Amino acid sequence: MVHLTDAEKGLVNGLWGKINVDEVGGETLGRLLVVYPWTQRFFDSFGNLSSAAAIMDNPKVKAHGKKVLNSFSDGLKHLDDLKGTFAQLSELHCDKLHVDPENFRLLGNVLVVVLGHHLGAEFTPQAQAAFQKVVAGVANALAHKYH
Amino acid sequence: MVLSAEDKTNVKAVWDKAGGNIGAFGGEALDRMFLGFPTTKTYFSHFDLTPGSKDIQAQGKKVADALTLAVNHLDDLPGALSKLSDLHAHNLRVDPVNFKFLSHSLLVTLSSHLGNDFSPSYHASLDKFLSSVSTVLTSKYR
Repeated sequence: MVHLTDAEKGLVNGLWGKINVDEVGGETLGRLLVVYPWTQRFFDSFGNLSSAAAIMDNPKVKAHGKKVLNSFSDGLKHLDDLKGTFAQLSELHCDKLHVDPENFRLLGNVLVVVLGHHLGAEFTPQAQAAFQKVVAGVANALAHKYH
Repeated sequence: MVLSAEDKTNVKAVWDKAGGNIGAFGGEALDRMFLGFPTTKTYFSHFDLTPGSKDIQAQGKKVADALTLAVNHLDDLPGALSKLSDLHAHNLRVDPVNFKFLSHSLLVTLSSHLGNDFSPSYHASLDKFLSSVSTVLTSKYR
């Protein structure tokens, strides 16, 4: 369970309201695939991932990034029950997608870097700390049903 | 992991852009790390850990100077960082997991200040560079 103070909840929701979730989703997934190329192993069907530019412009990467981040966005509405919220997705990632949960941590940290990039000075150390708790909580929730 | 010629060019370009702010960025990265990953504070019980404190700023500058040294010796990181590697192995004995927390906090600091100069390729090169430095600093642990 994630324990955020009221101030931290305010920071998280306030800053989340300022970003374009669809765009940030595409950029976050793109940067994951660029910075940690071994994560491309899950996306053989995505077509051209041959360079940073190809990855960032790839329409399947953008679409999938949008899907992932909108799901994350739903999680933000249920910070008191992330495990329940992501239970089915956890089973899916284990049983069907076979994704090592370490990848959830990598993606969460890339998201934090992208938020810093988009929000600049507004992404204060305190705001980052609140988001670190959230991404850790989501990663743990997605790993929870693994067996 | 090997830094390609392109990685080296990218890292130097980022350092040029950061210019005289690198010391302050070091301090900010530590602030971010202590707040985001509170377990890292256990190594600094002798510090004033209030964000932005003089202790943190001074330490941030030390970290930044060491990284600048590394940037100027990308072809021989083990040689350039040998003394720091000894220090971390035999005196400081910081658990290796913490290098990832500091590296991540440095990346967030740079991303929030460099805007368009923090492209995905630069992000990748920086991550590799920081990872290489971390590996060197923990290389003599056992």
